[in-house]
Amino acid sequence: MTDPAPASRLKALRTILWLLVLLAAGAGLYALLNRSEEPPEAAAYADAVGGSFALTAPDGSVVTDQTLAGRPFALFFGFTRCPDVCPTTLARLAQLRKRMGADSDKFEIVFVSIDPESDTPEDIGRYVALFDTPIIGLTGTREQVDAIVGAYHAFYEKVPTEGGGYTVDHTASVFLMDREGRLQSIIDHHESAETSLEKLERLVSA
Amino acid sequence: MTVIPRCPQRQPKAAVAAGPRRVAKAIAAALVLALPLSACGSASNTGAPTEAAAGRITVERAWSRETAPGQDAGGAFLTIVNPGSAPDRLIGGTAPIADDVQIHMVDMTGGVMRMRQLTEGLEIPAGGTVTLKPGGYHIMLMDLQQPLDRGEAVPLTLEFENAGRVEVNLAVQPIGAAGPEEAHHD
Repeated sequence: MTDPAPASRLKALRTILWLLVLLAAGAGLYALLNRSEEPPEAAAYADAVGGSFALTAPDGSVVTDQTLAGRPFALFFGFTRCPDVCPTTLARLAQLRKRMGADSDKFEIVFVSIDPESDTPEDIGRYVALFDTPIIGLTGTREQVDAIVGAYHAFYEKVPTEGGGYTVDHTASVFLMDREGRLQSIIDHHESAETSLEKLERLVSA
Repeated sequence: MTVIPRCPQRQPKAAVAAGPRRVAKAIAAALVLALPLSACGSASNTGAPTEAAAGRITVERAWSRETAPGQDAGGAFLTIVNPGSAPDRLIGGTAPIADDVQIHMVDMTGGVMRMRQLTEGLEIPAGGTVTLKPGGYHIMLMDLQQPLDRGEAVPLTLEFENAGRVEVNLAVQPIGAAGPEEAHHD
C-alpha cells in the first residue's frame, strides 16, 4: 500500500463519514416505512363499528347481538377453506384465553364465516370444535353475512383460482367488543401475544 | 416466509490496488452490502440435511394441520433446501388425498388476508432454503377426499422444474399448531 498524503486521507475519511450519515438516514427511512401499522384508535370507531346482526349457530339456533349482550366478545371473520391465517388466529385466541386463567370465561370467541355458500352451520360447528375451547361459530344467508360485515366495516371478496376454485380475501383483524356491543379495540394479525393478551384483559375488566 | 439467499463466498475485492479513494469506496461498498446480508452468518444451515452434499433438493419438516369433516381444503407447510449451484423452482404437486395441489402466498397488508396462487411457482435459490410456513407460503390441498386427521402421515409429491419429483409425508398436527412440532409456544 502506498502512503497517501494527509490531505487525501482526510478527504477519504470525510467521504466515509458522509456515507455513514447517508447509510444511517437510509436505515431510518427504511425503518419508518416498514414499521407495523398501528391499530386504529378505538374511540374514533367505537360507535360506528358493530350493531345488530342475526346469524345461525351450528345447532340451528339463531344468535343475535342481543344473545351476546352483557358479554364481551372477540369476533373474527373467516372461512373453513382458509388453511393458514384463520386457524392461526383462532388458535392464538384459544391460547390467550387459556393464559387468562380465572378471566378466561369472561368473554366469548365468535367466528363468522364469510363463505356461507360453502360453510354450513354444521361445517362451522365441526371446524370450531377442533380448537379445544368454546367458540361460537356462526354463518347465515349471504344477506345476513353481508349485514354483519357491513356493520363491522369489514371486507371480503371472493377471488377465483385456477381450476375453478376460489379463495376469499377478508378482514383478518379481531374485533374486541365490550359488554354493550361497542368496539373497544382491535387485535391486528401482526401483534405480539403479550399485546393481544393485554387487550383481552382490558376487554374483560371494562 | 423465510428466503435465505446464498451468502457470498467472497467479500468484495477491497483494497487490491489501494489508493485512499478506492479504500473509501471499498469500505462504503462493504458497509452497504453488510446491511442486507447481515442475516447470513446466523441463519445459514439451519437443519441442513446430511445428504446436502449430493446437491439435490431436499424437503424437510413437512407438516399440515388437521381439518374437520366438511372442510374441503387444507394447508401444507415445509422447508425446501437447495444445496445445488443452480436455482430450482417448485411448480406444483400431487396428493392422493386432494384433487388439486397449488402453491399459495398469503399477504396481510392493511389487516386483510389475501391468499394468492403462485401460478409461476416458487423459486428456490441456489444454495438457498425456503420455508413455507403460516403467514407466508403454503401448499394448498384443494378438494380434500377425506379430512386430514391429527397424527396421520399424508403423502404428497412435490414437482420441481429441475429436480423433478420429491416425495414427502406430511405430519398432521393439531389445528392450532404453528410448526411441525405439536407444542405451540407463542
